[in-house]
Amino acid sequence: MNEKLISWLGWIFVLSGVLILVGAFSLSVGSAGIPFKKIIPLILEGRGTTEYSILFDIRLPRIILGLAVGSALSVAGVILQGMFRNPLVEPYTLGISGGAALGVCLNSLLKLDRIGGILSIPASGFIGAVVVIMIVYSLSTRKGILKIQGLLLTGVMISFISSSLIMLIMSISSIEDLHGIIFWIMGSLEEPNMILIKVMVLISILGLCISYLFATKLNAFNLGEEEALHLGVDTEKTKRLLFILASLLTGCAVSVAGVIGFVGLVVPHFMRMFVGGDHRILLITSALGGGAFLILCDTLARTIISPLELPVGVITGIVGGIIFVYFLSRKQVNL
Amino acid sequence: MLEVKDITCGYDEKFVLSRINFKIKKGGLWGIIGPNGSGKTTLLKAMTRILKLREGEIFFEGNNIAEFGFREFAQKVAFVSQSSEAGYNMTIEEFVLLGRIPYRRQFQFLESKHDEEIAKQAMILTDTLRFRDRNIGELSGGERQLAVIARALAQEPRLLILDEPTAHLDITHQIRVLDLVRRLNRQNDLTVIVVLHDLNLASEYCDKLILLSKGLIHKIGSPQEVLTYQIIEEVYDTTVVVEKNPISSKPYILVVSEEEKAKVL
Repeated sequence: MNEKLISWLGWIFVLSGVLILVGAFSLSVGSAGIPFKKIIPLILEGRGTTEYSILFDIRLPRIILGLAVGSALSVAGVILQGMFRNPLVEPYTLGISGGAALGVCLNSLLKLDRIGGILSIPASGFIGAVVVIMIVYSLSTRKGILKIQGLLLTGVMISFISSSLIMLIMSISSIEDLHGIIFWIMGSLEEPNMILIKVMVLISILGLCISYLFATKLNAFNLGEEEALHLGVDTEKTKRLLFILASLLTGCAVSVAGVIGFVGLVVPHFMRMFVGGDHRILLITSALGGGAFLILCDTLARTIISPLELPVGVITGIVGGIIFVYFLSRKQVNL
Repeated sequence: MLEVKDITCGYDEKFVLSRINFKIKKGGLWGIIGPNGSGKTTLLKAMTRILKLREGEIFFEGNNIAEFGFREFAQKVAFVSQSSEAGYNMTIEEFVLLGRIPYRRQFQFLESKHDEEIAKQAMILTDTLRFRDRNIGELSGGERQLAVIARALAQEPRLLILDEPTAHLDITHQIRVLDLVRRLNRQNDLTVIVVLHDLNLASEYCDKLILLSKGLIHKIGSPQEVLTYQIIEEVYDTTVVVEKNPISSKPYILVVSEEEKAKVL
């Protein structure tokens, strides 16, 4: 086994450990204080008790959802940053999250879930995300060449338009729908529907596995699109597939947990500092790190003003926004 | 080895190249020269399939290049651009190993021993092995260009195409890069096509030259045949003196400023 592989396995091992620790911490922390040392006895012989129910019916699904959503958004961030060679690109800054949110709001307004079932919600998020990514890409492309300078600004503009349309939908929604949309839009991991959680977990695992098949091609994209073509990568086909994959991951994450910004920015950036830019390790570590980061943010969100709860998007927004500005001021990055 | 047959191509509605025809035999070191905007880079883009042809065909070893798969083509033809920069930092070894991507199977995520050996040989040939663990961003322009050539060599190509590899380099690195290119051509039997702006370098290093002017081929031949003062004055619209290099016997071009020309005339 060569040194690189040993180092990669080491990082995977360390991050898995961090993820387990963060998960255990999140499981034991909350308004109903359940000490860490009581968790094991509760698992073994606590079935039927209130504490058992708090742990496994309330907190554990949130942790699983946090892991799935955090991983999905981080992997989507790695894919987009790799394709565009820009560390500030992620589903939120490109407006894809906004597009997905608009899709879900339209679903809610038109009551499509009554016809198409619960799975129509992630489907509409996915469609919204695909539409936005196609618009942003075509508006930033001139004569077949992608203008990175215009990419983020176009994304932000599309995001504004999506937000305005969501407000329009909110203004014509019923009081009950409005309440649901407001809480959902701010980002929350409180999802009572187990089917959606299972779908999200499945999409996250699938997304990571499929994106991993493109890891080498993403490494080639690191040199630029033309250079990737010279290295034998069918760039147009690869871009199309990766766009769809990033949209699927973002669309599903947004439809289940709302708009949670900057996870796809912060996590890949930090992981790159530790493990480097090779996508063969970056994708896996970002998936693990993204899960741990979002679980931690969610734990903060539900404990910081306990018994009240903050939307998790507020925490990720503050942390991610600060890092975004810091990064922008430190390095010369094309907008 | 390479046959460019009656090609016409350009960007949008604009035709940059018209009715270009030439054949390149295996093992040659060919230079493409011409003034700015004459279509040199466009010709390279056509030969490397970046640009679609409006008319005509290009054949590599008897096969139309449009019919090659992406990976298959990258295993035969490697391209070295003017400046290659990685979006995210990586070591020289990682950078050179990217040249093995065309040989990677779908579910092969790690480089094989063979890949590592080929990359090592490419670094030895280009004298970049000594900084294999340094980051690409830390290298000087000349060293980086050598690393880019090493990456291209890792593709084990039969044809190496270089687009102004000496641009932005000082004279020491210009000579180092072109000496390497010629060594690869002579010792490794690699066919090379290189776009050069500097006519003296083109004269010194290339066996044959293709002189482009306004999207057309003006002249093809040896440096002695192409680099005459009449042809240069006609194509570049400038006065020059062409002498013979006392060591290599190749033509070398001396420029004459307008002021000096006025003094003589």
